[in-house]
Amino acid sequence: MRLIFITLLALILATVVGLGATWLTATRGTDLGTLTIGTWTARPKTGTADVDPYSRATIARSGELPIGAGDGVAFSATTDDRKRPLDGRCDVVVSGVTPAARFWTLTLYDSKGRLVANSLERYGFTSEEIIRNTDGSFEVRVASRARAGNWLPTGGIERYALMLRLYDTPVGVATRTQRDAPMPSIATVGCP
Amino acid sequence: MIRLLLTIIAGVLLGGVVHLVSVLALPRIATQDAYSRLTPMTKLNTVTPLHLADPNDAPMPFMDPAFALAICRYDLSGGPIKLTVPVSQAYTSVSFYTRHDVAYYAINDRSAGRKVIELDLMTEAQHAELPEDEDVTAADRLIIDSPTATGLIVLKALAAEPGLMPQAQASLAASSCKVQTEPPAKQAGPAPAKR
Repeated sequence: MRLIFITLLALILATVVGLGATWLTATRGTDLGTLTIGTWTARPKTGTADVDPYSRATIARSGELPIGAGDGVAFSATTDDRKRPLDGRCDVVVSGVTPAARFWTLTLYDSKGRLVANSLERYGFTSEEIIRNTDGSFEVRVASRARAGNWLPTGGIERYALMLRLYDTPVGVATRTQRDAPMPSIATVGCP
Repeated sequence: MIRLLLTIIAGVLLGGVVHLVSVLALPRIATQDAYSRLTPMTKLNTVTPLHLADPNDAPMPFMDPAFALAICRYDLSGGPIKLTVPVSQAYTSVSFYTRHDVAYYAINDRSAGRKVIELDLMTEAQHAELPEDEDVTAADRLIIDSPTATGLIVLKALAAEPGLMPQAQASLAASSCKVQTEPPAKQAGPAPAKR
């Protein structure tokens, strides 16, 4: 009787621990092969054949297709430079320059990876359509209400993610630091 | 007491095994992965344009709204596939994914270096079966080996501004992906004529 109880306990514990850890790593992701620059993170290896098993599990679960390494690299950010979560009700400024790339796009998603509805049908910017300063740098204002210049509407949602995708770029598996890849800064400048 | 402690340790260790097995198994048992999502809306061995991502209805999460997309869902069991994609004005790329969504190859218009990206996709076995002389005469032919017999080819064309989206879609509409006519059948034709 006791043996059965103990075996059962061990098996239940194994199931909870094992599946719990899998669920956690598949939803939150791991630091395996992660390239972090400022608040931006990328996993250049997910676009190659030697993608790690944790990233594969995450990709299979979310249903996205990772961007191929010969195509480009995707950086995402869910917090500003001070580690404060991006809030759609606040004014957030994304400014600076981007790493060398033939084209880039900046897109705003909700936490499930969907675009956020707005009357302008503006879901992001491409490197071609953004308005730049004379030195080539740019400033995007991410806010729920209309702003002058490059306005990216949030629709007032609570949490969102920004994704900067670089296409045809030398940035990738070999990139390590900010010097190789100068990423734009993200700052929350005002909250109602 | 010691027995309970041992039970907990055994449970946690076994949990580690369960974790590893489930992580490795997840790509194979996932029912909502990209390949499964795209299967009902794409035709086999044909280029199917994908409608643009919008907030209420997107075929996949985290799609780039600046791109026109088309999918060729392939099955190589009927023979190798020939893919031709005309290059659009801004940026065009072709990415290859296995049945389990591993991006094993991607090429863009610049690395292809031509006005049309032309590729032959085949399994490793089909590549090994290619007659050698044909391999030599077609030195400029780009051959990609697919690790799995089925998979996805994603064709992307950038619309640098929203107004350029129709052009990007039109350039993808001109691309093709089809099963090649059997190379051995071609050779069988001229062979008797020599005699």
